[in-house]
Amino acid sequence: MSWVEDWAVTVATFLPLVGAIVLLFLPSAREGLVKLVGSLFAGGTLLAALAVVVAFDYGHSDRIQLGVNERWIPQIGANYHVGVDGLSLPLLVLSALVCFLCTIYLWWHVPAPGKAKALFALVLLLETGMNGSFIALDLVLFFIFFELVLVPMYFMIGIWGGPRREYAAVKFFLYTLFGSIFLLLGFLALWLQSGSQTFDMLALRDSGGSELFQNVVFLGLFIGFAVKVPMWPFHTWLPDAHTEAPTVGSVLLAAILLKLGTYGFIRIALPILPDAAVTFAPLIGILAVISIIYGSLCCFAQTDLKRLIAFSSVGHMGFVMLGISTLTDRGINGAIFGMVAHGLITGMLFFLAGSMHERYHTREISALGGVLQQIPKFGSVFAYAAIASLGLPGLAGFWGEMLALLGSYQPGAGLSEELFRVLMVGGGIGTVLTAGYLLWTIQRVNLGRVPEKFAAGTGISDVHGLEWVAWAPLLVLIVVGGFYPNLVLGVTSDAVRDLVGLFG
Amino acid sequence: MVVDGFMSGRHDVPLAQELAQPSVNWHALAPELVLAGAACLVLVADLFVPRGAKWVAMPLSAAGIIGTLAAVVSLSGVETTTLGGTFEIDTFALLFKGLFCVIGLIILAISFHYFRAGHPYQGEYYFLMLSSLLGGVVMSSARDLVSLFIAIELISIPAIIMTALRKGDARSNEAALKFFLFSVMSSAVMLYGMSLVYGATGATKLDAIRSSIGRSGDDPIIVLSVFFVVVGFAFKISAVPFHFWAPDTYEGAPSPVAAFLSTASKIGGFVGLLVLMFQAFPDVADNWRPAFAVLAALTMTVGNLIALRQQHIIRLLAYSGIAQSGYVLVAFALIDPSSPQTNRQAFASALIYLAIYAIMDLGAFAAAVAFARRGGTYFISDYSGLWQRSPALAVMLAAFLISLAGAPPMAGAWAKLFVFLAAINAEVYWLAVVMGLNAVIAAFYYLAVVKRMFFEAPEIREPVEVPYLMRAAMGLAALVLFAAFIYPPLISDLADRSIF
Repeated sequence: MSWVEDWAVTVATFLPLVGAIVLLFLPSAREGLVKLVGSLFAGGTLLAALAVVVAFDYGHSDRIQLGVNERWIPQIGANYHVGVDGLSLPLLVLSALVCFLCTIYLWWHVPAPGKAKALFALVLLLETGMNGSFIALDLVLFFIFFELVLVPMYFMIGIWGGPRREYAAVKFFLYTLFGSIFLLLGFLALWLQSGSQTFDMLALRDSGGSELFQNVVFLGLFIGFAVKVPMWPFHTWLPDAHTEAPTVGSVLLAAILLKLGTYGFIRIALPILPDAAVTFAPLIGILAVISIIYGSLCCFAQTDLKRLIAFSSVGHMGFVMLGISTLTDRGINGAIFGMVAHGLITGMLFFLAGSMHERYHTREISALGGVLQQIPKFGSVFAYAAIASLGLPGLAGFWGEMLALLGSYQPGAGLSEELFRVLMVGGGIGTVLTAGYLLWTIQRVNLGRVPEKFAAGTGISDVHGLEWVAWAPLLVLIVVGGFYPNLVLGVTSDAVRDLVGLFG
Repeated sequence: MVVDGFMSGRHDVPLAQELAQPSVNWHALAPELVLAGAACLVLVADLFVPRGAKWVAMPLSAAGIIGTLAAVVSLSGVETTTLGGTFEIDTFALLFKGLFCVIGLIILAISFHYFRAGHPYQGEYYFLMLSSLLGGVVMSSARDLVSLFIAIELISIPAIIMTALRKGDARSNEAALKFFLFSVMSSAVMLYGMSLVYGATGATKLDAIRSSIGRSGDDPIIVLSVFFVVVGFAFKISAVPFHFWAPDTYEGAPSPVAAFLSTASKIGGFVGLLVLMFQAFPDVADNWRPAFAVLAALTMTVGNLIALRQQHIIRLLAYSGIAQSGYVLVAFALIDPSSPQTNRQAFASALIYLAIYAIMDLGAFAAAVAFARRGGTYFISDYSGLWQRSPALAVMLAAFLISLAGAPPMAGAWAKLFVFLAAINAEVYWLAVVMGLNAVIAAFYYLAVVKRMFFEAPEIREPVEVPYLMRAAMGLAALVLFAAFIYPPLISDLADRSIF
């Protein structure tokens, strides 16, 4: 097993990059071959991630495991330091799974203008960036992976996107680049402050420094990560990017990319600057609740199905941030659970929105109707995913919200109980609003009469084989997560307890 | 300095005798000798070659540059001085000699088809190019005001003639005239500054100047002379506000020459400036450091803001090249004589930046020249949908532009990061913030080109035919940039060992 311990994490990150390079040398005319090779590499990556799952010692999930720490750039003290612990393992697996499913989904349909080879290569390149961000334990390494996702997503939106794709792609790129500049400044300040000039996240843990220094650096990290999450008021890139991106782009963006921001808080900002985290927690909590309520209200106003799901992401990620801001065991466990659940559910919803667009050639909610009647299986899956999204107990969406609210009932040491109780009420109102718009959406899309222009039903088929293959794992995991939350919480709780020990 | 041991035995030799019979270490001069020989060979061969075969000058030049590179490699590990201590071989010198050779080879690959296509002055062009390159190679070793000046003139003067090679074209003439006037003026200012330095210190060798300044302290005449020298170099490296000649000159010059000017010639200027500032004047750094900070901030901001509005790819590269120089100038704004660690970091960041910049900028120029070769133009609007016409060319150009923008997965990200790090390390935070904001502005216009190539539909469908030589040059450049992205010590180790 030692081979697995040394290499599994690295393979799970770089195999997709190798795949992307291999794809470049395949003839683009042989689309079938390209798809096969692309999926094989994504599948191999998933296997590597599963090998990590097997080799992981769940008794010590608060420790970094399967770690590698090699010299990389000695001049600045950056190392190739990677590994997984309870905080990152669920996300790494989620990322590998969703990427693989996306490549399967692409077998059925490569959106206009085609070019399967380039699209597969970009998905794989993106996967390297995302997986790498989850395993990196060195700030420079993390930053490079964090930035690496920009380029493939930019091309994905810009080439295969909707009518306003150019605007959305550029906005996405510049907005997040702007955020990362602050992130980088923060990282470099930490490096300078550390004395030993190290970028190692573990060595920098609880690194001290004056109060002013901590707060300024935390502010930098906050801006960088908050743009990625995105939190209100940094969210404006998200609806455009999501709406214009092709289906797999939206899925990857929602399921994984947004998590880089929240994961950054948990992995970097909180443990390295715990005192500043306590100072900033009320602000984060307030912005989180604004995100929840604002996101939900915006959903009521949307006419485009994809845009609606995009705004619902703002709200759901608000719950994740609310959980983090409580600085409690419950809250942060709930946040990680919420990240995974949101990845499964919203990823699923974007798949559905894409498939619906393929069938009806519109995403206007007002133009749709009677889906359940016309294609019952599809309609049922849609209802299932939407209900999971609104947080029905028994499905995965429930635990993240519940734990976040529970955490804010009794926030961590040093935080104002009154404020967080108010935030809890705000979050509670948010859950009601969420239920409201999602039920309303189900009603408008699934129920009612089939509009006349679709009544003939030409080309409108029910869920087909490849879609089942791509979706089944998500659908199953949503219900498993709902009934057996320990699947995730069992992995995270030790690591979270370790983290929470730093506050107060 | 390693000179001490070598020179100490010669102190008793009278000056006149030393001048008459300088001790020459021929091996140390091998790269220069090979290159100069190759240049002469090209010039002579051109006389005897029939009109249709003038292109042989290019393989001859390539052989010459490869020979030079071999000579550079043969010197690796050697640390010595010759010509009375004015000419030094150390890792720094070898790194830049090597870099100039690589630049020369890429320029040759860009030039070959451009000049072969009915251009009358092939032999002259290659001769001039090698001469100018020789200036850069000499510059890398020059540790004395006189040899620095000769080196910089050796870079500039052939470059002026190269700019004017398209004799029939008024723009080319205008470009050369502008370049000539600015170049001569800047040389005059620089020379004036150098003569003041000599007057104040009585020395032309850089280490002697430094020790003399160390004794005299902040003499106003020294400060003034440093100011003149810096202004002279600022023209050469087209730092704002001394940049006006550059975009017009680049646009009017034959495009391979523009590529040469924006890399070899500019880097030559930077090498001279690095040697001067870090070796001769670091002890009065308090006087000139703020000026460099302002120069750096202005150069990147103004360069970037003007680049935003460019419609012509060569002008875009010219202005973006100005902005890129700003990042190198940051290194000068960080010098701190009391902290060797800060100095090392700043110096290494400049070296890394120059090396990576040279490769990515040449790559972008190569792609632009390849695009314009057969019926294409230099207007960015014509790049629409290039991806659907010639996927490989579009991907290459995008890779170089993304690298210039400083985004992964290309080495340009490291170039910016190292400068950033040096600035933070020296605790000059405001410059780091200015750099960060500039990176976002720059990303906007680089991406605008990428956007055109990938997101828009082409007006014409025929693929752009790219000669194998240029494909190889672009492919290798992209490969180097990608490899250095994955494993940055490829470049940073070299830079680290080149610090003096």
